[in-house]
Amino acid sequence: MISYTFKRVLIAIPTILVLVIACFFLMHAAPGGPFTSERPLPAAVLANIEARYGLDQPLWKQLWDYIINIVFHFDFGPSFKYKDRDVNDIIAQGFPISLTYGFLSFLLASIVGVSLGIAAAIRHNTWIDYLAVSLGIAAQALPNFIMGPILILTFTLWLGLLPGGGWNGGQWQYLIMPVIALSTSYMGSIARITRSSMLEVMNSNFIRTARAKGLPERAIIWRHALKPTLLPVISYLGPVFVYVLTGSVFVDMYFSTGGLGQSYVSSALTRDYAVLLGVTILYGALTVTVNLITDLAYAWFDPKIRY
Amino acid sequence: MNQSFKSTLYALLGSSLVLSSAIASNRVPADVKLAEDQTFTYRILDEHSSLDPQVVEDVTGSEVVRDLFEGLMSQDSEGNLIPGVATSYDVNDDNTVYTFKLRDNAKWSNGEAVTANDFVYGWQRAVDPDLASPYQWFMELMSIDNAAEIIKGDKTKEELGVKAIDDLTFEVTLTVPLPYFPQMTTHPTTFPTPRAVIEEHGAQWTKPGNIVSNGAYVLTEHLPNERSTRERNPLYWDNENTTIDKTIALVINDENVALTRFLAGELDRTEVPAGQFPRLEKEYPGVAISFPRLCNYYYTFNLSDSGPEVFKDVRVRMALALAVDRKIISEKVMAGGQPEAYTFTPAAVAGFTPPTTEMASMSQADRDAKAKELLADAGYSKDNPLAFDMMYNTSEAHKKVAVALSQMWKQKLGVQVSLANMEWKVFLETRGNQDFQLARGAWCGDYNEASTFLDLLDSDSGYNDGKYNNEKLDSLLEQAKSSANASEIYTQIEELIAADMPVIPVYHYAGVYMMDSDVGNWPVNNVEQRWYSRNLYKIAE
Repeated sequence: MISYTFKRVLIAIPTILVLVIACFFLMHAAPGGPFTSERPLPAAVLANIEARYGLDQPLWKQLWDYIINIVFHFDFGPSFKYKDRDVNDIIAQGFPISLTYGFLSFLLASIVGVSLGIAAAIRHNTWIDYLAVSLGIAAQALPNFIMGPILILTFTLWLGLLPGGGWNGGQWQYLIMPVIALSTSYMGSIARITRSSMLEVMNSNFIRTARAKGLPERAIIWRHALKPTLLPVISYLGPVFVYVLTGSVFVDMYFSTGGLGQSYVSSALTRDYAVLLGVTILYGALTVTVNLITDLAYAWFDPKIRY
Repeated sequence: MNQSFKSTLYALLGSSLVLSSAIASNRVPADVKLAEDQTFTYRILDEHSSLDPQVVEDVTGSEVVRDLFEGLMSQDSEGNLIPGVATSYDVNDDNTVYTFKLRDNAKWSNGEAVTANDFVYGWQRAVDPDLASPYQWFMELMSIDNAAEIIKGDKTKEELGVKAIDDLTFEVTLTVPLPYFPQMTTHPTTFPTPRAVIEEHGAQWTKPGNIVSNGAYVLTEHLPNERSTRERNPLYWDNENTTIDKTIALVINDENVALTRFLAGELDRTEVPAGQFPRLEKEYPGVAISFPRLCNYYYTFNLSDSGPEVFKDVRVRMALALAVDRKIISEKVMAGGQPEAYTFTPAAVAGFTPPTTEMASMSQADRDAKAKELLADAGYSKDNPLAFDMMYNTSEAHKKVAVALSQMWKQKLGVQVSLANMEWKVFLETRGNQDFQLARGAWCGDYNEASTFLDLLDSDSGYNDGKYNNEKLDSLLEQAKSSANASEIYTQIEELIAADMPVIPVYHYAGVYMMDSDVGNWPVNNVEQRWYSRNLYKIAE
């Protein structure tokens, strides 16, 4: 298992490198640059700006300098748009925010989703099942960009209970709406997957055997059914974890949380090359790490899998 | 002060130049009861790019910088020129050397005095190739001696034509006389900056805690993409006439969410989303407000060699311009009180009344009839329809206007238009490379004078993406620069544009806001919307 982990980490390095190179060239291939503006800058001014940010160098040199700076100085460069800040600053400020509400959303989605799914499966074809399935489908049909405005209208305008946005250092009042908005649709999917997986497991031979030897239902579910039920859920949770951390642009937009998702999208639109690359590397590294953790978790849940 | 210059300046400003220190408009009217909590909270679309006066380039950043710093001259709530750090200025006979007298009670927020050397430092910084300010062009436009050479790297920044004669006397040498030079010193690029602080903290000097400023406010909090807060600077020389204690800018990307938060009482000001003004005006009279802005909205023909042959025929351009029903665009599509546009320059501009063109005085039915006639003359009919592409940058409002225009042309003239929208940077690049047929354009004045618009059609202008080239227009613009009666020349230019139609003016912008009724003295008459928190106050409800 250790050597497997080590191998995976080694493979991650060229993976991220390829990601950086592809992203770098795609970014430069997009029309317009960070300093393309409605008022074309005079040539001398543009030359000064490009020299300051090293954009006057050939592309391969820019890429090389960029990688060297990261590897040896852990410096992701200056932002071309936010001139008082550099990329390290932007990530250090935005990522903890995204991580906080992303992680809470992930927890909420998994706990509620799995519980709903299990409840529906063990009370198959009863009102509990129907209720859980309806709730799950309703939640799944409400992506965060629909949930955001609905929540703000309800809790801020009509009920006047919660502030309409902001972060305020992550106070609970400011966390509720972003976490709900981000988690509902994943919650629905998790409930659905858990339910169908559980139903399948409950009909399998080893559960019938367990029943035949007279084990109580509770023990069957907790000791025998839960682990195999969760296998497909885990393969779904891995990507979900990355999505809630990276796909939070709508939450950032609607709730002004100051998270990283918004910076990511706006850096692409403003051609803020350094921010875009920096966040891409972060998200890439995150994806690789989470995938590795998911694979290791498999081994724990499924005795048939060995590395 | 040179007399003829002075009269030009008066005309230009459209009001008197106040050079005494106490400004009545800053004061709260006697019958107003002030609110206990003097906090003004407003929505911004996006995070500011910088709070360094010499670096900032966006509107939201400039609004903060104008509160934090103060230049030689400043503006009252109507946009009139008033003294800032300078109490008065003299100019030599040929209008090229300005000598500003600075007040002796201007202080930095760390208690040090603001001196002429702070201006010398700031202005040299603005042209410094190493700082690479995107507003270097502005210093070049100010025609300061040696600015252009320093930006090109041919001279050092110490050679810039600015001098501290003593601590309270600042002298500027220009290469050409510039009638609106004092007005230009209200621009953030020309604000003084604290040398010691910048040298100590580097690029981090604008962070709260590090920043030292000389304006009515100091920056106390900045949470990127969430909010920034500025609070009263007790050391500001005119602090006793300042009423607002705290101004908070909240970043809210989505305008509908901003509107909801405004209605929930979290904001004092936000923008009205396109098309919602009529409903909001009915529901919230006096809160939903609209007033003219100094911006135009038009479509430009590609008249370069890469443009379509048909647009080189003035009859075709004229027919398309005539068939646009501007009343519908203004009242039904934008529906926010935007004035209809028949001239390139908005009527809101100071010191110039754009002429009533022939098109403006016709009825829409007459315009349509004439458009049909012209297009038929040019050889187009139902059997041989005119067809072209038009492009705009991605936005709901631009899309509505583009669809409306294409439908008007289709129904009235049988013209076939294909629409294309592009993401902003792609749009700019495509238009800049003349890779289009008909493209959206818009411009907000850099200063309140007609040339800021008319210059765009100069054949040398970097913004003339349609590559309109008319020698007569170029020479008129040149004449206007040194003319005592520029507005007569501007009228001729507008008439030339109306006859030649290189662009189709569609509407002029309006500022369409939800403004809490307890906000006092919002500068609705300031078409540039350069507002200062120190001019505002909150009324007790």
